[in-house]
Amino acid sequence: MSARERLAGGTANFIDERTGAAKWMKKTITKVFPDHWSFMLGEIVMYSFIILLLSGTFLTFWFDPSMKEVEYEGSYEPLNGVTMSAAYASTLNISFDVRGGLLMRQIHHWAALIFMAAMVVHMLRVFFTGAFRKPRELNWIIGVALLTLGIVEGFLGYSLPDDLLSGTGIRIAEAIIQAIPVVGSYLSFFLFGGAFPGEVFIQRIYAVHILLIPGIMLALITAHVMLVWYQKHTQYPGPGRTEKNVVGYPLMPVYMAKAGGFFFIVFGITAFLGAVASINPIWIYGPYNPGQIGAGSQPDWYMGWLDGLVRLSPPLETHAFGITISWNILIPGLIIPGIIFTLMAFYPFIEQWMTGDKREHHLLDRPRNNPTRTAIGAMSLTFTLVALINGGNDLIATHFDLSINQIMWFSRIGIIVLPPIAYVTTKRICLSLQRADRELVLHGRETGRLVMLPHGEYVEVHEPLTPERAYLLTSHEQLAPLEIGAADENGVANPQGLKGKVRSRLSQAHQEQITKPTTKELLELEEGHH
Amino acid sequence: MKNELEPLSDPGLPEHVHRKSDVDPQAAKKAERQVAILFALSALGTILFIYSYIFIPEDTLIFLPIFNNTNAHQLFLGLGLAMALFFIGMGAVHWAKTLMPDHEVVAPRKEQRSDDEDRAALVAAAKEGAAAAGLGRRPLIKRTMGLALGLVGLSPLLLLRDLGPLPENELNETNWKAGTRLVTDPGDRPIKPSDLEVGAVAQVQPEFPAGKVRHLDDIAQDSVLLIRIRPEEFNLDAERLSWTYEGIIAFSKICSHMGCAVALYEQTTKHLLCPCHQSTFDVTRAAKVIFGPAARPLPQLAITADSEGYLIAKAPFNEAVGPSFWGRDSG
Repeated sequence: MSARERLAGGTANFIDERTGAAKWMKKTITKVFPDHWSFMLGEIVMYSFIILLLSGTFLTFWFDPSMKEVEYEGSYEPLNGVTMSAAYASTLNISFDVRGGLLMRQIHHWAALIFMAAMVVHMLRVFFTGAFRKPRELNWIIGVALLTLGIVEGFLGYSLPDDLLSGTGIRIAEAIIQAIPVVGSYLSFFLFGGAFPGEVFIQRIYAVHILLIPGIMLALITAHVMLVWYQKHTQYPGPGRTEKNVVGYPLMPVYMAKAGGFFFIVFGITAFLGAVASINPIWIYGPYNPGQIGAGSQPDWYMGWLDGLVRLSPPLETHAFGITISWNILIPGLIIPGIIFTLMAFYPFIEQWMTGDKREHHLLDRPRNNPTRTAIGAMSLTFTLVALINGGNDLIATHFDLSINQIMWFSRIGIIVLPPIAYVTTKRICLSLQRADRELVLHGRETGRLVMLPHGEYVEVHEPLTPERAYLLTSHEQLAPLEIGAADENGVANPQGLKGKVRSRLSQAHQEQITKPTTKELLELEEGHH
Repeated sequence: MKNELEPLSDPGLPEHVHRKSDVDPQAAKKAERQVAILFALSALGTILFIYSYIFIPEDTLIFLPIFNNTNAHQLFLGLGLAMALFFIGMGAVHWAKTLMPDHEVVAPRKEQRSDDEDRAALVAAAKEGAAAAGLGRRPLIKRTMGLALGLVGLSPLLLLRDLGPLPENELNETNWKAGTRLVTDPGDRPIKPSDLEVGAVAQVQPEFPAGKVRHLDDIAQDSVLLIRIRPEEFNLDAERLSWTYEGIIAFSKICSHMGCAVALYEQTTKHLLCPCHQSTFDVTRAAKVIFGPAARPLPQLAITADSEGYLIAKAPFNEAVGPSFWGRDSG
């Protein structure tokens, strides 16, 4: 036994005698993970969260979360002698006088954008492949909570430097709080320690940004990953893959090397962006002053759709009995986002209710094989994208020389008209793709080779699919719609009444499918050919 | 419920295809060298990082196409770090893909649900535990415990009360009083009508008595825009017209929608535009909303001139400035 083996053995023995970890570790290092590029999206989220913790900790060493007024003296000449908050001055200090400070600030901001983007794309992957189905509904809800927290965390983070752009964002957030019926102005005075902007909000959002929300997110991410671990990862359908097995690579060594290596790749790319791509140059904006503003004020992209909704809102306010209700703020700022996130969180249960399917699912759906779900996803995406486009309407207007009023009207009409169009189109496309799959299985691949038969007829040669491919195209399950609402054989009307009718109608719409080919049909066709 | 038609049979996992490095020792050797080169590149990256940190002065600018003048210290520090991290990752992944086993493994999967036996045992144990505690038999304990637990949550909530003062009447008030002079922002100089030419815009604040400091809270309430147009261009009723002075009209600069500074004035159309949400106000019609989400005109400040010819407020704002709130119309 070499010295190294003895040392490793000794350490392992020490730990196992105190924890009994060997049994668990034995299972763990051979745990199987399915491999697919789209499973990497969630990894990007987790890795950028770690990057955020690391770079964020570095920034706290120099950042001064105080609104005390100071006169700037430092390397950035244009602002020398200008009165500003200590928060803004220390951000300038990090950017210009701490070696590597600007790099870390930019890595932190880029990592935040990547974190949010990867989270959204990961969520789309999970949605469109049906990975949220039983038993993974809880993890979907944790994901929705993380997305919501991520949006808030990002907003608070870019508000900390107390520059003109972020201060404007805080002002808008304050207006939303102030618009809350009955308690709005009280909440605002509590949060800001008095009238806006006051002298305390930076230190308060600092505590929330660096401790409270990251702590909750860390706990949720841990629970999320533990559930993935415990429930075992989903896998794409294909030959040899069933609901009862996991096909993939063992954790040790392949998956560990790939996933561990991927962390460094994500970190490296984020560092590269931080090195070459300037982001949030707060020294250009200047310190916050509520009487000033920059043209083209924009939030970060993940807030952009909310800002876009606020922008396209019609000017509705109710004034009666000495009170004011600002529908133009409440509807786009609180009510619609509230509805969207609630529906999102409950979607797994809504789908279960429509299909009546209460079984576990570990094989993923190809999006075309669940046309209604895919169409709902496309519809929601279209809604958000129209809102996001409208969030940048001023920049679009100046860059493409368009009228801002026209863009706004396009969005106002588009946000109502385009999502249903997206729904119908997507559903039709999915059904057409199913039809194409069916054709492919029954008649094989068109080779483009034309052959003249002895009696002069021309036919195109079709090549039969490989058994693997044919299996992939036919292995999915097609559920029949629920039958509720009809009277039973004794003529007794269904006790569920209207609810049952709605459910049965939804189920019918949800289960619209092109019937997949069967072995029998294939055999018949083959017999016909020969 | 399920499609009763027979699906095609599962042909099973496709046959494993060996990689070049699995069968050819030469190729394996080459892959090993590639991995080593990737790790070495990472080490070079760290050296670049250390070199940049110590030896590149922080104020060196270099010209790069696309990026223009770039700070060399920050750039090479970042590139060094990026290299150091990225190539560790590339090395590990390349290693895994070329040299580590690529046989797919099949593991079984169990249903999440526990066995009926285990479930029954749990229910029995839980019931036994609850019975032992006697919660069901001792309602007095149950109720008082509920009361105590319900009330204890109030303490931390109560402690939050001192986060801020009550709004009282603060949202309805500004520092503008009848007779307050308008002073330039920045500069704090009183202003005469002759200082503003037709078409000009100026930002003003109420004059503060000597010694009183202007805080951001004041600016957030008091900021006013002065705009001078030709008096015949006004389209105002008699009262509002009397609030203007020699073609000069004064509006709160704080948007009536969400409180941004309404800073964009278009001279030709005489429109004020808020850059946040594009609410557009017509200056000639007392800042009537002509586009966008704002529901109310910008509050107008009645102005006139004092005996020395300086512009003053004729009266305080007659409504709250800034975004709406629940009790806005009650004060």
